Amino acid sequence: MSVIQDPVNSGVYSGQDQPGGTNYINHSKGVMSWLLTLDHKRIGLMYMVSVLSAFALGGTFAIILRTMLFTHSSPENPISDSGQELYNQMFTLHGAVLVFMFIIPAVPAILGNMILPLMLGAKDVAFPRLNLLSWYCYIVGGLFFLFVLLSGGLDTGWTFYTPYSTSTSTSVAAATLGAFVLGFSSILTGLNFIATIHMLRPPGMGWFQLPLFLWALYATSLIQVLATPVLAITLLLLLAEKVLHIGIFDPALGGDPVLFQHFFWFYSHPAVYIMILPAMGIISELISTFSRRHIFGYSFIAFSSIAIALLGFLVWGHHMYTSGQSGMANAVFSLITFSVAIPSAIKIFNWLATMYKGSISLATPMLYALAFIWLFTIGGLTGVFLGSLALNIHAHDTYFVVAHFHYVMVGSMMTAFLGGMYYWWPKMFGKMYNEPVAKVAWFLIFAGFNLTFFIQFIAGSQGMPRRYADYLPEYAFFHKFSTVGSYVLAAGLVLVLLNWIHALLKGKKAPQNPWGSNTLEWHTSSPPPHENFAETPTVSDPYVMGAWDYDESIDGYVHNPQKAQELAQQGHH
Amino acid sequence: MPSRDITEDRHDADPRPRDITDMSSDSAPQPDKAHGGHDNRPPHLAHHFETPKQQFESGKLGMWLFLATEILMFGGLFCAYAIYRGNHQDVFLYGYGALDKMWGATNTVVLLASSLTMAWAVRAAQKGQQKLLIAMLVATFMGGVGFMGIKAVEYKAKYDHNLFPGQQFNAFYYESGKPKYPEKLAHAIEYIDGRNAGRGGASHGTDGQGGEHSDAAPAPGEGQVLQGAGHQQAEADAQAPAAVIVTASFAPPADVTNLAPPASPADAGVLDSAIDHAGVVQTPHAGHTQILWEDLSQTERGKVHIFFEIYFLMTGLHGLHVLIGMGLIGWLILKARARTFGKEYFTPVDVIGLYWHLVDLIWIFLFPLLYLIH
Amino acid sequence: MSDAHTNDDHNHGIGHITPVSLLVGIFALLIFFTVLTVAVTYVDLGPANIWIALGVAVVKGALVGLYFMHLRYDSPFNGLILVTAFLFLAVFIGISLMDTGEYQRNIPPPPTVRPVTG
Repeated sequence: MSVIQDPVNSGVYSGQDQPGGTNYINHSKGVMSWLLTLDHKRIGLMYMVSVLSAFALGGTFAIILRTMLFTHSSPENPISDSGQELYNQMFTLHGAVLVFMFIIPAVPAILGNMILPLMLGAKDVAFPRLNLLSWYCYIVGGLFFLFVLLSGGLDTGWTFYTPYSTSTSTSVAAATLGAFVLGFSSILTGLNFIATIHMLRPPGMGWFQLPLFLWALYATSLIQVLATPVLAITLLLLLAEKVLHIGIFDPALGGDPVLFQHFFWFYSHPAVYIMILPAMGIISELISTFSRRHIFGYSFIAFSSIAIALLGFLVWGHHMYTSGQSGMANAVFSLITFSVAIPSAIKIFNWLATMYKGSISLATPMLYALAFIWLFTIGGLTGVFLGSLALNIHAHDTYFVVAHFHYVMVGSMMTAFLGGMYYWWPKMFGKMYNEPVAKVAWFLIFAGFNLTFFIQFIAGSQGMPRRYADYLPEYAFFHKFSTVGSYVLAAGLVLVLLNWIHALLKGKKAPQNPWGSNTLEWHTSSPPPHENFAETPTVSDPYVMGAWDYDESIDGYVHNPQKAQELAQQGHH
Repeated sequence: MPSRDITEDRHDADPRPRDITDMSSDSAPQPDKAHGGHDNRPPHLAHHFETPKQQFESGKLGMWLFLATEILMFGGLFCAYAIYRGNHQDVFLYGYGALDKMWGATNTVVLLASSLTMAWAVRAAQKGQQKLLIAMLVATFMGGVGFMGIKAVEYKAKYDHNLFPGQQFNAFYYESGKPKYPEKLAHAIEYIDGRNAGRGGASHGTDGQGGEHSDAAPAPGEGQVLQGAGHQQAEADAQAPAAVIVTASFAPPADVTNLAPPASPADAGVLDSAIDHAGVVQTPHAGHTQILWEDLSQTERGKVHIFFEIYFLMTGLHGLHVLIGMGLIGWLILKARARTFGKEYFTPVDVIGLYWHLVDLIWIFLFPLLYLIH
Repeated sequence: MSDAHTNDDHNHGIGHITPVSLLVGIFALLIFFTVLTVAVTYVDLGPANIWIALGVAVVKGALVGLYFMHLRYDSPFNGLILVTAFLFLAVFIGISLMDTGEYQRNIPPPPTVRPVTG
């Protein structure tokens, strides 16, 4: 790999310590310097604050609905109509807020914005103004949802299925507009990332020297660009249906409600991969770094991301097995659904092979990566169960499905997101978090998650339907158990938040590279300067970490250019 | 790992050293002069790009990605179109009669001409021909005005005949099995039937082989699910007043016996031929044979409004894009008057041009699908 | 980007400058195809009519894409984006159409057109 020499090295500082220097956070002051910033790192931080707020809101809804499910009705203690309506609103808002405002934007918009240009050694994303616009779209979309919350709520489920969604009196129109605008936020991010990865790679970084996180973000962006517009038109049609009663989806007016599901899932199934692919990208970085081994099967992991993105477009009908979809389509969708397991398993096996004979350090990010592998394996394999037609008829719309997609969308995606946040936290803020507390929080989250959701597989296989405010006494144990588990999970998440706030206020100063990874973002100071790099970083294999020596005095790694030269030469042989 | 490149994006091949310290952004502390190699950065080159060419190609790539999202967004409407047309062919054959082929063709020519002037404008910008650039942009803008003007005339005609989208504006809605607006429906049927009969020529109905037209009148075997239209009509007929003017075996539904103006010569033709094929609704398929209201099954009659809604959604979303494009071109004209563009910098003209051509390209598909139905 | 086509109009290597004669020629072709596609509607070819109309539209679209939008001289990736978009659209429309066609006969008639009784 080529070594790039900057002809005029400004040499202001050499990354490690920067006495009195500025970084992107204190580079300029005032609210407007944030609201009008074009700096991808600041936009990433603004996304972090807003997305985490949405996460807190959606999580609160989850706790409310789990609490409502702690008890079931009995002759002496019936559930009132208003109680049932509240429940319908809670599960709808829980799903809609968390899907559209947390899971989809979390990794690309926070960590992607923050890290992607740094990993490329670039100064910014290709279109900084569009990047800021995408954040404003997010905020406007969020305001619509806030309006929904204050004006009659929403009780359609996050899927807006017709014809109920066109006949309910809750604020479907506002929620539709909100999701529409949020979709633009997502499109702009994806478009920006594709252009950035194409046009702003440094010399010496070909496609196969890209860190795997960027391959994952690239695959995600492809989906965002190709699928989200279909959601946009679906929501416009729904809006037209609601306002003008055009009847395309309304059987009473000659329309076809199953068609709505085709439209909806053509976006929303690929969207599941918008959620999970960047999470997988984080895991590739974490596993390699904390095993101190070169990632195993680089190109297999890279191509499996693309394969998942493409296959993800061909399986939407597995949400519609029982919706009146034709038998022919059922069979085709079932077959392709099984095939998605192949690239997913390729990733799992490559991660395990990376860890094999590695020097594994169980730092907090790595604990999350291990939790991811565990949870994703369960979530993924139960997806194969559900992909089979026969079992799906039994399990459709039961808690089995609820447990399955929470294992993938929450268990996997959320643990990867938290792992990534811990991993890049020192880079983002220049502060270390409290490691023991972080480990306790990890344990609470991992245990709480499994307590909450594993038992839902059993409840579902016993026939407990989803989206019901009430249940028969025979399901009482499952629900009580699950609710207690959700409190443990919530306690873990609160502890994470407290630890982060503490780190910001009183955290130990972070070294430039606390983990010894070799991707380019660790070649600049923590936090990075406004212009990202004071010195031109040298592009080399992102997973060869030998050029970083541990320095006890700073509790971090220091780059050894001589070793880097040697490794680069070895790399040519 | 091999240093291969799976696209041919020439950026990798670029041998120039990349000066990552270059930070000439508006908020950066140091101005351009701080770095070697690029002493004379062009004023339009953003801080995070190395060369004008990299910036230009990034802009184009970004626009192409955006155009892909546009194609997929319109694609949803094309999908709705394909599904309703594929499954209810006669509804489309009937409904398109309200559209005017010649207006559509004229608009196609207008839009193609504006595409030509747009491409010419890009060329003028590339060559630094300021006056020609402005003239071409103005011509393109006028193309947009012409297109929307013709569209307005067409929309006005639809509005006058109660063919607008929506339950409030469209005559073809039913409620509890009865027309929601019987008078408006009668008028709309008269209008469309008149146009269809007029353009279809004499062949209407007579070449239909009754009994083979199974989408309107399912064969008995299919009848258990979707009740045969003939069966329904027989039932309806049983309720109809004895004054019905045709034999019981071909019975227009009760509501239409009042609505279809018997004076229309086309109707007479239909009814004559229909009587010959007793019991089966005529659904002529052959190319030029036009569908009249009587030819539609009851199920299909309930879907006629969907044709108009799809028409309005497709052309409406397209028209919205034309308007946005006109706004962007107006902005380009202002910029061009300020001599912003030249040989060195014409990215906005080029990418807005791409957008305008895509709008044209979508119309190229909309025109035959909506106006030239067979 | 413009390696495939060299002429005097070259300009700093940024963008391809299309000659006026080519632009006007393409426009003439587009008009010709527009007239053709309208003319074909006066000839009854049965189900072939729609496919001819779509085929002509594809040719027209290709002309606009290749010459007005410079794809012929552009980075191939831009063309790939366009083709990919159409490909995914084809998947979307194709599968939905196949499925709706299959289940269409299972749909009961809408209540709006059920026979009025009483």
